[in-house]
Amino acid sequence: MEFIMAVGIGIVTACAVYLLLRGRTFSMVLGLSMLSTAGNLFIFSMGRLRPGASPIVAAGAESYADPVPQALVLTAIVIGFGMTGFIMALAIRMRHQTGSDHVDGLEPMPERRPEHGP
Amino acid sequence: MTHLPAVPIIVPALAAALLLILHRAPIVMKRAIGMGATVIFAVAALAIFEETRSGAPLVYRLGDWPPPFGIVLVADHLSAFMLLLTASLALAVLLYAVQGWDARGKLFHPLFLFQVMGLNGAFLTGDLFNLFVFFEVLLIASYGLALEGLEVERLRAVLHYAVINIAASSVFLIAVSLLYGVTGTLNMAHLAERIAEVRAEDVGLVRAAGLLLLGVFAVKAAAFPLYFWLPAAYSHAPAPVAALFAIMTKVGIYAIIRVTTLIFPGGEGAGMELTSPWLMPVALITLALGTVGALGAQRLAGMTAYLTIASVGTILTGVANGGSKGLAAALYYLAHSTLVIAVLFLVSDLLGRSRGAAADQLHPGPPLRQAAPLGLAFLFAGATVAGIPPSSGFLGKLIILQSTMNGLSVVLIWTVILVTSALTLVTCSRAGSIVLWNYVEPDQPTRDRPPRAGEWTALAGLAGCSMLLVVFAAPVTRYTGEVGMQLTSRGNYIEAVLGSGHDDLVRPQAVGKAAP
Repeated sequence: MEFIMAVGIGIVTACAVYLLLRGRTFSMVLGLSMLSTAGNLFIFSMGRLRPGASPIVAAGAESYADPVPQALVLTAIVIGFGMTGFIMALAIRMRHQTGSDHVDGLEPMPERRPEHGP
Repeated sequence: MTHLPAVPIIVPALAAALLLILHRAPIVMKRAIGMGATVIFAVAALAIFEETRSGAPLVYRLGDWPPPFGIVLVADHLSAFMLLLTASLALAVLLYAVQGWDARGKLFHPLFLFQVMGLNGAFLTGDLFNLFVFFEVLLIASYGLALEGLEVERLRAVLHYAVINIAASSVFLIAVSLLYGVTGTLNMAHLAERIAEVRAEDVGLVRAAGLLLLGVFAVKAAAFPLYFWLPAAYSHAPAPVAALFAIMTKVGIYAIIRVTTLIFPGGEGAGMELTSPWLMPVALITLALGTVGALGAQRLAGMTAYLTIASVGTILTGVANGGSKGLAAALYYLAHSTLVIAVLFLVSDLLGRSRGAAADQLHPGPPLRQAAPLGLAFLFAGATVAGIPPSSGFLGKLIILQSTMNGLSVVLIWTVILVTSALTLVTCSRAGSIVLWNYVEPDQPTRDRPPRAGEWTALAGLAGCSMLLVVFAAPVTRYTGEVGMQLTSRGNYIEAVLGSGHDDLVRPQAVGKAAP
């Protein structure tokens, strides 16, 4: 299970880095949220992966999951959510003011196909 | 237990929340609340400074949970020093902003206070994850402040600035959780202790986490090669905001100092010295590139932004020298550079406003109406940032040069610092002579807002603090020396947080964790 988890986090991180390096704001936002997802999974796995362990005190439970990473993940999700929301608002505003979804606002949008035109 | 260390976080947070509720209130009321909260914070910072003078750190346990389990706020010499610096800067910047600039942005006051709260929290917290949280607080407030007006240039600069910082935050989380996975704690004092017990096969993981942390702090501090977000973000931010940002890069430096001295103090094993092969080259390259950037800048604000990077390089040179002397020198320079960079941003704003369409660009504009005071202010700022005696810049650089008296790298360090000082002098004289001495007759009369008395007062306050650093150089350097001593002998901090009898409390858990 550790192996699958590690490989999975690695793949998500690689995809996130690829998307982050793209020049368009939408793929960049996707990249940022994937990076924070990978980070959250990583925090979670740092409490060790224990299948069947009790999350809170229960009668007869023999092993417990580490509660601290869960609390950390919760905080990180909240902050990541806020940041993603902010960066999306920023990207949309950029798109309106520059007419382009390029991160520098310099390249024009790809040409619209006629059937989607006004 | 005194509640004093919580005041610099609680008061701005409550006042900012109140200001959000009252966002339709008249501007006078907002100013009163903002100013009041900042003054209370400044008084608290002074009180914390006085309380920690004896050398015993103040520890505040949130919810009175015992330290390895609960979160602590710790005010030692370094925190008190940074708080006092933040307070002086925040008061002056707010005084400048309330002269009319703050009326433009509805949310200026709450964002300003959230930023101050984030800064104070980062300086006070004794918990690594909490440091992450306060970084996020101060960053998101800074995005909002820098966006004021939503012009395209600002949008673009803030977008780049936000993306690199959010990516860096993810890396921060990964590094913090890696440290937690190996040591089982996030309390910095507890980490400092546990780091010695890390098993040999986990040493690599801890070192990797430490270097990741260092990389993240280098992004915040704008050290080479991670400074590319800074020039655009700072030079397009409104002047009072840019002046407040003068302390933001210093938060990164603070974090580097705190983590390297406390968790990676040197010696054998996982706590081995972390920075030595990396920090000095990074510092010198940052200093050199920052100076070259300033020399090539097209605007006064851009020049100041690059000088911020150069100042980061100089401070990191002191940090990389290490030992209590190197840290003491770095801290003196840190105080000086924060104040003088803020002065430069504000003077650039006053000059830019008096020149109509030419603004703060480095080409001749219409003749200035208040040329004499503006010129004197720019002369002061330029001489101080370049390090002409008897300014605080001269003393700061001298102390840093003195702290590098041994080793082969002395020649290199002295050369870089002295040559960049000369280049900074060239940069400032060039900018000053273009902006102040050359002029072209304007096509139409400029209708600009002349500098107000309050703005001059704010500027004079910051310049006065910078002069106080010179006049009281002996007590200040003695104090930074004490800070350096306290940082290098970390037992004081650990004992204050965990208490001397903590061993019985944490040992069983530590044994359980170490067992495979």
